[in-house]
Amino acid sequence: MQLRIGSRWRSAVDDTQVVVVRAPAGEVSLTCGGHPLIPADSQPTPGLTIDEGATGGTALGKRYADPATGLELLCVKAGTGALALDGVELPLKSAKPLPASD
Amino acid sequence: MNIAMLAEIAADAGGDRVVLGDPERGVTYAQLYDRARRAARVLRESSADTVAMIGVNSELFPVALFGAALADRPFSPLNYRWADADLAAAVRRLAPVVVLVDDEFLPRFESLAGEPGVQLVARSLFLAAVADAAPIEAGAEEPANPAVLLFTSGTSGSPKVAVLGHDNLSSYILGSVELMAAEEGDAQLSSLPPYHVGGIANLLSTLFSGRRIVQLPAFDARTWIDAVRALRVTHATVVPTMVARIVDLLAEDGGGLPSLRHLSYGGGRMPLPVLERAMALLPETGFVNGYGLTETSSSITVLGPDDHRLALTSDDPAVRARLGSVGRALPTVELSVRDADGEPVAPGVTGELWVRGEQVSGRYVGTESGAAGGWFRTKDAARIDEEGYVFVEGRLDDVIVRGGENISPGEVEDALLEHPDVADAGVVGLPDDDWGERVVAAVVPVEGRTPDPGELQEWVRGKLRSSKTPSSIALVDMLPYNDNGKLVRRLLRASLQGTAGA
Repeated sequence: MQLRIGSRWRSAVDDTQVVVVRAPAGEVSLTCGGHPLIPADSQPTPGLTIDEGATGGTALGKRYADPATGLELLCVKAGTGALALDGVELPLKSAKPLPASD
Repeated sequence: MNIAMLAEIAADAGGDRVVLGDPERGVTYAQLYDRARRAARVLRESSADTVAMIGVNSELFPVALFGAALADRPFSPLNYRWADADLAAAVRRLAPVVVLVDDEFLPRFESLAGEPGVQLVARSLFLAAVADAAPIEAGAEEPANPAVLLFTSGTSGSPKVAVLGHDNLSSYILGSVELMAAEEGDAQLSSLPPYHVGGIANLLSTLFSGRRIVQLPAFDARTWIDAVRALRVTHATVVPTMVARIVDLLAEDGGGLPSLRHLSYGGGRMPLPVLERAMALLPETGFVNGYGLTETSSSITVLGPDDHRLALTSDDPAVRARLGSVGRALPTVELSVRDADGEPVAPGVTGELWVRGEQVSGRYVGTESGAAGGWFRTKDAARIDEEGYVFVEGRLDDVIVRGGENISPGEVEDALLEHPDVADAGVVGLPDDDWGERVVAAVVPVEGRTPDPGELQEWVRGKLRSSKTPSSIALVDMLPYNDNGKLVRRLLRASLQGTAGA
């Protein structure tokens, strides 16, 4: 899939929803719970379940990022699956919040 | 990404949390987003291309901003302090336009009523119509129009209309604010007006961070201090002229602001003596300086609380000097200081500040291209030290070039302000046959004092090089500020040209 900054995606197998904060240039394969993410306004195929080993959960307001590609996702709805990029689990981005400046 | 999605995400995450007003009876995140969807219905049914607002901070501001965004109409908050004729001209420039006007301002615009392409709606009637409308379903499609049109303050001529896209503002918020990271009870006092980019950025970042918004319809130092104390405000954002007035009153009444954890300032140069006084009076408050322009969707650099404390107490002159810096670039923007040929200069060397990043628009209504190669030229003179701290020396046009030496008016103003008899100071360059330009100052004396200009010149000479000493100093009753608190040097220059002599 090709990611756009600001585009919103949902998991096909749990409640997870993410917004793309930074997008890599090329095509990527993004999954949650082992299944590809789908556009937030579409309906998942019924009957899918989280793959074994693809649990771990997503947390509201947290960022998940891959420094190598520059991908960064913001979790806007928490779920029970784990996010993965090209089959590798996406780590939680260490939080270094900026002081509010306005 | 539509900026209304920020409100939607916040509503999903914050739900029943209060976003606006009283902690018990205020508007919740879910209610605000619901009202925005209803407002979008009302605005969509109008034939106007643009939604303008002439009003103070009130519930109308977020409802109209997000409602317009959902209806894919640009939102243009106008400066209600402008003369009626200037406001009418701005409205005509935006036509076809629906103008949401505070009821008490409505009589000022009778001349516009009935004009084709201009639809005036009183705030009370609009909010009533919003309450009765059915909410629209927000889709995922990208908006075709800009999010916000802002008339720039025009300190250097007639106002331009800056265009801020949904992507500019969204990426600024997503890149710099943590969703719902605020602590229970955090409250933000909003006193920047809706027509200021800081007012818009402040609304968006406060909402996204989960702080409750307490709106001050219009700024007044006494009201501001009373509101901070009475409503246990934890966060506030002000412009430097507001800090000066707040500090004066705090020094008089002797009371502190114990609830205030975080005070951010920006939108103009902060005189060092004012900042030092403020930090001494509010030792528990974290100070934040944000520097940015309308065209950059607000802040592009930040000087945080730790930077402030370290600079104030440091023995190292380089660290101490950072109190006068605007901090370092946000991780999401790139800065570059360039010479007149557009070539990057070495650290510590002054040139023009260029910036690029997702939040940078640099576009104006009526001009085709935006920032060239992504770079926007700020027209601000600045230098960046080895550690990345940015020192803004003022508008490029305001830097005084005397005998080949660049002199920052702000540095001379700070030196004058440290004098006990000086309440305010403004410095400009005037044409000079020998030096190209000479340094000229206007000083507002402390009430009851009449400082001797010769003594003030000696004072500056004792602090700065003699080349930076004003060749003449006029005593004046007041300096020309615009209503965003910026010194209008163009006007000061014109008046000093008349009085400063040869």
